[in-house]
Amino acid sequence: MDAASLGAVQLTLKLATAVTALLLVIGTPIAWWLARTRSKLKALVGAIVSLPLVLPPTVLGFYMLLAMGPHGAIGHLTQFLGLGLLPFTFPGLVITSVIYSMPFVVQPIQNAFTALGERPLEAAATLRAGPWDTFFSVVVPLARPGFITAAILGFAHTVGEFGVVLMIGGNIPGKTRVISVQIYDHVEAMEYTQAHWLAGGMVLFSFLVLLALYSLQPATRGH
Amino acid sequence: MMRNALLLLASLSLSAEALAETVQVAVASNFAGPMELIAVAFEKSTGHKAAVSTGATGKFYAQIQNAAPFEVLVAADDTTPARMETEGLAVPGSRYTYAIGKLVLWSAKPGFVDKDGKVLKNGKFAHLALANPKTAPYGAAAVEVLNNLGLLKALEPKFVQGENIAQTQQFVATGNAELGFIAKSQVIKDGKLTGGSAWMVPEKLHEPIRQDAVLLTKGKDNLAALALLAYLKSEPAKAIIKSFGYEF
Repeated sequence: MDAASLGAVQLTLKLATAVTALLLVIGTPIAWWLARTRSKLKALVGAIVSLPLVLPPTVLGFYMLLAMGPHGAIGHLTQFLGLGLLPFTFPGLVITSVIYSMPFVVQPIQNAFTALGERPLEAAATLRAGPWDTFFSVVVPLARPGFITAAILGFAHTVGEFGVVLMIGGNIPGKTRVISVQIYDHVEAMEYTQAHWLAGGMVLFSFLVLLALYSLQPATRGH
Repeated sequence: MMRNALLLLASLSLSAEALAETVQVAVASNFAGPMELIAVAFEKSTGHKAAVSTGATGKFYAQIQNAAPFEVLVAADDTTPARMETEGLAVPGSRYTYAIGKLVLWSAKPGFVDKDGKVLKNGKFAHLALANPKTAPYGAAAVEVLNNLGLLKALEPKFVQGENIAQTQQFVATGNAELGFIAKSQVIKDGKLTGGSAWMVPEKLHEPIRQDAVLLTKGKDNLAALALLAYLKSEPAKAIIKSFGYEF
C-alpha cells in the first residue's frame, strides 16, 4: 500500500475512534431519556436523532458547510471562541460525523434500555442503590450487547462516510482525506491498483463488522 | 386551404421529430455554464436534444471506460480525449480544441484579491482552494502557477481541494476558503466579474489549458452527437464561449 493510502487508513481509524467514543458519551443519556421518558417531546427528539438515517449525506454536508462557515451560526460561535472555522479541519469532521452517526449509536442502546424493563431498577432500588450506582452496576452490564452493537455500528458507519466528508473536508492529507475519499481520488486518477487495495480492504472490514454483529445476536436474545 | 396548411405543418413537424435525436454529453464542470446556454441554442437551431451531465473529466473517463452511455465528451483538458482515441473509447481524429481555459484567483470578498495576485504572498488567509491537481487540469495549472511564483512550499499547507472545479468555487463562494484558483468561466458573465474580487492569472505562468471535445465510440452513429460537435465550432456557440472568458 502506498503512503497516501496508509495515511488515509490511519486518519479514518482516528476519526472513527474519536466519533465512537464521543457518541457513547453523548448518546447514552439521550438513549436513556428516550427509553424512559413519557414526555410528548419523545417523538420529536427521536425523529431529530434519526434524521441522518434518511437524509442524503449531501443535505447534511451542505448545511454543515453553511452552518460552520464564516456566515453560519456555528461559524460565528467558533470564531467568537477563538477556534477559527471548522470546515476542512479534523474537529469539523468529528462534529459532523457525530451528528451523522448518531442514530446508529443511540438506537441500539435505546432498544437495550427499553428491553430491560422496570424490574431490575426496582430490585436495585429495594437494595438501596443510588441512581448512579444502579446505572453502572445494573443497567450498563445488562445492556452490554446494546452498547457493543452501538459501538460497532457507530465505528463502521463513520469509516464508511463519504458524501459528507467530500462536501466539508477539502481532501487534505492527514486531516480530512479519509479512506472513502482516497478511494475516489485513486479511481479518478486512474490508479486502480491502489484503489483496489483500499476498496478490497473496505469489503473485508465491512464483512467482519457484520459478522461480529450477527455473532453477537444470540447473546442478545438470551435476555 | 387552411386544412392543407395544417396538414403540411403536421407532416413537417413529424419529419423533424423523426430526425431529431438526443445526445448524451459529458461536460467538464468548468464548462457547465456555457454548455447550458449552448444546449438551448443547439436545440433551437438543429432540433436535436443535448442531455448534459457535468462533472470531473477524470471521473467521466473512468465511467466511459466502464460503458457509461455518453456519446460526446466535452473535456477540461486535451490529454484525456487523446488517450481515449488511442484506447478505442473515442473516434480517432474526431477531437478538437473547442476553448482555451483561463485560470483566475478568486475571492467572494470584494477587494480581497488584488489585480496582480500579491495577496498570495502578503495576504492573510487560512485556506487556499484549488481543484484536485491530480485529476483536474485547473488544479494542475494552479500548482504550476504557485510553483513558478516560488510559493508552492509555503502555501501547500493551506490547500483545500475540491473534487472538481465547481466544488472548488463553492468552497470559496461560501467563504469557507478565503480565496481559490478556479476557472474564469465560473465568475465571468458577459465579460464582467459577477462578484467578489479576482486576479486574472497571466498565461505565461502556466501551460495553456486546452480543452478538447471528442466523439465517443458510443455516439459514432448518432446524428445529434455529430451535430453537437459541429455546433460547438459554430459562430453562435463561439460567441457564448467567449462571453464566459474563454479564448480560442
